[in-house]
Amino acid sequence: MTDTLTPVLSANWADERAWKIANYEHRGGYTALRTALAMTPDQIIGEVKDAGLRGRGGAGFPTGMKWSFVPQDNPNPKYLVVNADESEPGTCKDIPLMMASPHTLVEGVIISSYAIRAHHAFIYVRGEVLHVIRRLQQAVREAYSAGYLGKNILGTGYDLEIVVHAGAGAYICGEETALLDSLEGRRGQPRLRPPFPAVAGLYACPTVINNVESIASVPGIVGKGAGWFASMGTEKSKGHGIFSLSGHVARPGQYEAPMGITLRELIDLGGGMRNGHALKFFTPGGSSTQILTGDHLDMPLDFDSVMAAGSLLGTRALQIFDETTSVVRTTLRWIEFYKHESCGKCTPCREGNWWLVQMLKKFEAGQAEDGDIEKMLDVADNIGGKSFCALADGAVACVTSAVHQFRSEFEAGYRTPAWELFPYERSALFPVKTAGGHA
Amino acid sequence: MSVQAKPGAVEKSDLISVFIDGTEVQVPKGTLAIRAAEMIGIDIPRFCDHPLLDPMGACRQCMVDVPDMGNGRGMPKPQASCTLEVAPNMQIQTQQSSARAKKSQEGMLELLLINHPLDCPICDKGGECPLQNQALSHGHAGSRYDGVKRTFPKPVSISAQILLDRERCVLCARCTRFSEQISGDPFIALVERGALQQVGLYADDPYDSYFSGNVVQICPVGALTSVDYRFQARPFDLVSTPVTCEHCAGGCQLRADHRHFQVKRRLAGNAPEVNEEWNCDRGRFAFYSGRLGDRLKTPLVRDGDVMRPASWPEAIDAAATGLAQARGSIGVLTGGRLTVENAYGYAKFARVVLGTNNVDFRARAHSAEEAAFLASAVAGRRLGEGVTYADLEKATQVICVAFEAEEEMGAVFLRLRKAVRKKGLAVSTLAPYLSNGAHKLNATLVPTVPGTEAEVVAALDADADTIVLVGERAATLPGTLSALVALAERTGAALAWMPRRAGDRGAIEAGCLPNLLPGGRPVADAGARVDLAAAWGIERVPSRPGLSADAMLAAAASGQLAALVVAGVQPTDFADAVAARGALEQAGFVLSLEQRASEVTERADVVLPIDLLEAQAGTFLNWEHREGRVNRINKQAPSSMTDLRALAMLADALGSDLGVRTAAKAKAEFDELGAWDGVPAPAPQVAAPATGLGGGIVLASWRQLIDGSAGNDGADFMLATGKPAVARLSSATAYALGATEGDTVTVATGAGGLELTLLIEDTMVDGVVWIPGNVSGRGLGELRVVPGATVTVTGGAA
Repeated sequence: MTDTLTPVLSANWADERAWKIANYEHRGGYTALRTALAMTPDQIIGEVKDAGLRGRGGAGFPTGMKWSFVPQDNPNPKYLVVNADESEPGTCKDIPLMMASPHTLVEGVIISSYAIRAHHAFIYVRGEVLHVIRRLQQAVREAYSAGYLGKNILGTGYDLEIVVHAGAGAYICGEETALLDSLEGRRGQPRLRPPFPAVAGLYACPTVINNVESIASVPGIVGKGAGWFASMGTEKSKGHGIFSLSGHVARPGQYEAPMGITLRELIDLGGGMRNGHALKFFTPGGSSTQILTGDHLDMPLDFDSVMAAGSLLGTRALQIFDETTSVVRTTLRWIEFYKHESCGKCTPCREGNWWLVQMLKKFEAGQAEDGDIEKMLDVADNIGGKSFCALADGAVACVTSAVHQFRSEFEAGYRTPAWELFPYERSALFPVKTAGGHA
Repeated sequence: MSVQAKPGAVEKSDLISVFIDGTEVQVPKGTLAIRAAEMIGIDIPRFCDHPLLDPMGACRQCMVDVPDMGNGRGMPKPQASCTLEVAPNMQIQTQQSSARAKKSQEGMLELLLINHPLDCPICDKGGECPLQNQALSHGHAGSRYDGVKRTFPKPVSISAQILLDRERCVLCARCTRFSEQISGDPFIALVERGALQQVGLYADDPYDSYFSGNVVQICPVGALTSVDYRFQARPFDLVSTPVTCEHCAGGCQLRADHRHFQVKRRLAGNAPEVNEEWNCDRGRFAFYSGRLGDRLKTPLVRDGDVMRPASWPEAIDAAATGLAQARGSIGVLTGGRLTVENAYGYAKFARVVLGTNNVDFRARAHSAEEAAFLASAVAGRRLGEGVTYADLEKATQVICVAFEAEEEMGAVFLRLRKAVRKKGLAVSTLAPYLSNGAHKLNATLVPTVPGTEAEVVAALDADADTIVLVGERAATLPGTLSALVALAERTGAALAWMPRRAGDRGAIEAGCLPNLLPGGRPVADAGARVDLAAAWGIERVPSRPGLSADAMLAAAASGQLAALVVAGVQPTDFADAVAARGALEQAGFVLSLEQRASEVTERADVVLPIDLLEAQAGTFLNWEHREGRVNRINKQAPSSMTDLRALAMLADALGSDLGVRTAAKAKAEFDELGAWDGVPAPAPQVAAPATGLGGGIVLASWRQLIDGSAGNDGADFMLATGKPAVARLSSATAYALGATEGDTVTVATGAGGLELTLLIEDTMVDGVVWIPGNVSGRGLGELRVVPGATVTVTGGAA
């Protein structure tokens, strides 16, 4: 089964000190940059378009098309902003990538900036991962020393400055316009659109915002060709992607595979479910995507197939839960996260998540009342699709899909506490204190 | 049915058709869906939306469905109509026709209410609360929320004047957007996140904005309240009367809410052509000055050293006797509190009853150049013949001369700021330093030493799209007004004179000037005098130009004038307060018509108590010459004793006839007279003074909005938000004096000195000291100087 994997971005992760520039170059790093700088910016955009690279941050918007939206007749400077605020529950791909091989990202940033005619690029990294920030800063320093950054890069006359910016630890700053506000030094809250960032983004200048993995995929496309990239994956979701497996699998971790791989294959790669247990439900792309069950084990994990199944591919954060897990408790944990991370700007997200937490706590404690499921679904309906940004849509996705898939467990919440139905220590991956009956 | 935007407002070709609940509406491109719906009377509930603030889309209350964006495709999710720009042929379904829109709105209201306290019965907003109203009109009858509500310690004082009850806040960001976008004082901001988001401020910087009261008014819940109105009244017990603000010549339309004939609060009215929906804190909060212990209740007659209460007949007799003895040698000094009607009464009283042109409303520093300027360039110009608020938004450049908009006319400041933000207006200011207000207008400083304005003006660049706003302070800057008239003629720029007090513009029209008769008729013009004499039915109007206010005071002091009639004037108003006091003391007979005991009433021989403005009806003319009505609020007093009525009684007692005794009559007669259509008075031609006056530090000064003016008395909470009194120097000047920031310095003349804390001002021109014009009741007049004069500054280490 190992031939299913396509290690490209992760190929060097196990190398000795893979994050050092010499080791990266030893593997052929920065040769794509030389190729790119010999091309015209439009040729690169064309190559990325031909490769069919779709944004790896979750939405799956074609990257090349996004780049071509930048109005080149706009006299203002253009900016590339890399969204490295990876915070989605279950998602763990950008941070290991930047930790293990930051130069893959740096090389991607240089090529991408060159393509969109930007002379300033920013990498906005989530504030909690200080070790990653340090490693990125070190990599950027090395790239400057090597002449890959700064003035007159490799003698081509192209100039680029990269700023590694640490966020302050807010999930909302992964929303691209909130990220821009935060980067400008304001509170991170989503901006009104239009204007879209491609027209008026950072400092009201044309700005492209891409996910780490999207940008890191660019050197491969430029170096090995659009055809090579497009040969992987499915018709509409081409290329390789990092799938993060977590939860009740034997070997959780990052598995880089062609788009369209199935969960069954991934679980096999991960050594199967944890001993003696069976899959109950999973998230295809983080907690903001509707949960799916074993019925979808053979569904190709590509953008369109997952959408057809009523969920979203998102960030390919596969959180795997076995039969010991209380779906009520899981949903509560997620909604507590959204309540905590709601920026507060709009009513449905701010007040709705506050309310959902209280309702779910009653379900968890077995104190919900008849009709509370309908009430919760109705409140979720009043939140979903009404909020300023997509944060609240993601929040209610887990509630509605959990009730849809496991209604009886919520009905049990009218009578029995979740910790009695699903003793928490049984689903725990690590020993937990169970003082007071539940964690 | 089809509805179209205001006819004439927009070119027909720029209109697009959209369909709201099936009704076609034609609106300009870029119109927001919520505005288009308003045009056909569909009220979409909203909280964060405010037509004068930038769209925000935060409260999500105004959701509508868009089944067709105009291109045949619908929007998958409901849309916030306050941020949705309409597109040609867009179909919009509001709660009237879309179940999904209706459910979205009901759901949003329920969410807004889950954490909102049920304290409506004790909340100041209860009864006029958009949340309460819309919960009833667009929400569920009950709540399904049975959880724990979010609470905060309450209330938080965000300034001495404004309180914040955070648990009531719906986080619509109207207040924070107002402070950032409209007034430019972003001292409050939303802080924290999620359900803990709240309005916050820096610990050391209270929300001391001159416009802070507006946030109370636009708060859609009771989260922001003013300290002095809190728990004072219920909205449904209040009677609202529209009034015009009496604090400056801006002409802001206000709404006075009163109960039991006492004003409880004042709000900005809705006057799109004037103050839009805003006003300054002084106009909003300073309405207590007439209820203090010094309010005059009965007439007073001098009995040796004491003033004893007297009946009206006795006082009128005493006044008539005093005036009769001084006949032919009387001067009339009026101040800024007078309505047009009352000013007209004084102007006519002087001419008809006293037979003199000795009448001057300029209870302040003034000059002959100014009198000539007012006669030639201001008087008789009707609304629209000069500059208006709307013109400020159309101009490409506005130049301020001797005029600090934020301090001296808040509504003009806000309109200028709007034009700067929205229309790219360029503002420049001739001033000794770039004030905070000018900074908020993004203004270019033309560094100017007071007194050298005429020279600087002569070198200014302007064109027909330029408006020059010149403040009344220019009267003390020789040659400035002459140079501005020349500039306007040379370049086609429009020139607007910005008086300070509410009654000033009306007093000019009413003829309270020694060189001007009512309607801008020059005293010097025989035709004008004959015209007026005919209208008044008298033999002749005095032909000799009268004395200016300063000249009257000097003449009274020297015995050349035997009597003074004084109304709405204080000695501290004048350039030389000491001389003014002396004149009042030495004058043979002083008749004071006043509302509150003052330095004038103390020195008077007869005092006639005049009703407060709130007991009168009348008219103010603002700087644009726009009429603003003053409506009678206090109808408790059976007979309103206005200046006009007192003057009519005096005229009767003197065997004459004023012809008018009510405001309505006076207004009718004044309007009937109309403006002078003859040869206008000649413009002043005063040369710029020779500069390089030698040593000393030149004085610069203007009044601050929240200062020691008598009209602010009693508004203690507002006064606590005022700026501290400081002296400003450039760092070089301060260094030369050996003073550093924070030192106490003394700014002095031969007449005395003022001790102030020194502030180093980066943009200040060298050799100039700025001090506020009215430090807690002590005007510049106490120092017997005007800006442009030299003073001494001492202090610091030296």
